[in-house]
Amino acid sequence: MPEPIRLRVKLEGDVADVRVLIGHPMETGLRKDPKSGELVPLHFIKSVTATLNGKPVLTAQWSQAVSRNPYMQFRIKGAKADDEVGIEWVDNRGESNRAHAKVPAAG
Amino acid sequence: MRTPRSRLPADGLPRARRLPVRLALTLCAVALAGVCAAASGTPEQDRRGLVEFFAGRFPGVALEDYVYGAMIASADARAQYEQIMEFPPFLNDIEAGRKIWETPFRNGRRFADCFPDGGRNAAGEYPRYDERLGRVITFEAALNQCRQANGEPPAAYGEREPMGVLTAYARTLSDGMRVNVKVDTPAARAKYQAGKDLYFRRLGQLNASCAGCHVHNAGNTMRMEIISPALGQATHWPIFRGGEELMTLQGRFKRCMEQMRAVPYGYDSEEWNNLEYFLSYLSRGLPMRSSVFRK
Repeated sequence: MPEPIRLRVKLEGDVADVRVLIGHPMETGLRKDPKSGELVPLHFIKSVTATLNGKPVLTAQWSQAVSRNPYMQFRIKGAKADDEVGIEWVDNRGESNRAHAKVPAAG
Repeated sequence: MRTPRSRLPADGLPRARRLPVRLALTLCAVALAGVCAAASGTPEQDRRGLVEFFAGRFPGVALEDYVYGAMIASADARAQYEQIMEFPPFLNDIEAGRKIWETPFRNGRRFADCFPDGGRNAAGEYPRYDERLGRVITFEAALNQCRQANGEPPAAYGEREPMGVLTAYARTLSDGMRVNVKVDTPAARAKYQAGKDLYFRRLGQLNASCAGCHVHNAGNTMRMEIISPALGQATHWPIFRGGEELMTLQGRFKRCMEQMRAVPYGYDSEEWNNLEYFLSYLSRGLPMRSSVFRK
């Protein structure tokens, strides 16, 4: 079971400021387990998609170069209160996770 | 046997090193008319003396702002901190701590049953002196006492899991609580005094003391970093350095001693517990912050 995604949305005018914190080990495949000495297998998020009311507004192709527990911040123009922002990621093992949040009223 | 820790007599110091010593005397003179640091002064006098000393050093800084440590000397660092704390990167770690806190022991009891009010506003009472055991009990030790009282093995100190994340969560329950450490018996005073002695004692190859940096040079820059003041240092643990690396107060003691090129005492050692006792008393009355980001 992947760690939860944390999502925080703030509305400024017609721009939604979205901050995302994804819990993921993001293993590069080059690190050795300090106890066993074995290589830790490659495990990273391949793609991230952000949607506004189900319509994609951002897609990102990530690699093992992105650090553990990635943090991402972006702005969506033309958002308004009560719109729904969604985030979904898929990793190289085919695991995925998603989260969504309502855009709060500007304030 | 540990490696010997060098100590120089105050008057044997070269001229350039004399300044901190003189400041120490000033500090003590404020705390108590007459003789100095190591010997006497009630804990409350020590604390007031330090408050007054820093008021002169950082004019215009409110007492409560000392919980921000070195950031009182850098508005820029403070602004970055506020921005990071709006959405801190270590939320999942605290969540992991909450799960440990809420998972019942095998006998069905929980951590919350060991503390009054379910652990809410409990951490500020620690460290406290336990008359029966004759030692200082830190909050971490109290968590371990709770485990042992319920038939669980104690958790190792200084490890991220479970102890680190557990305290990170357990202390958030006391966020905003005023530090309420008490030193009210002669035996407790002795432990406080031992911690104070250690704080002012020069140790290691660099011949540095805790106070040398965090009292006499607080606010100055060393290796591109601003040195935090002693006041408020015990209010905000554990910290997440860079948002990732969890560090408890005694973990910080360890890192400090390594940087002084001294041999660190151990986690939950008598020396560090006393030091934590002394340092926490200095922050008495300041609001706790937990858990926080630090550089």
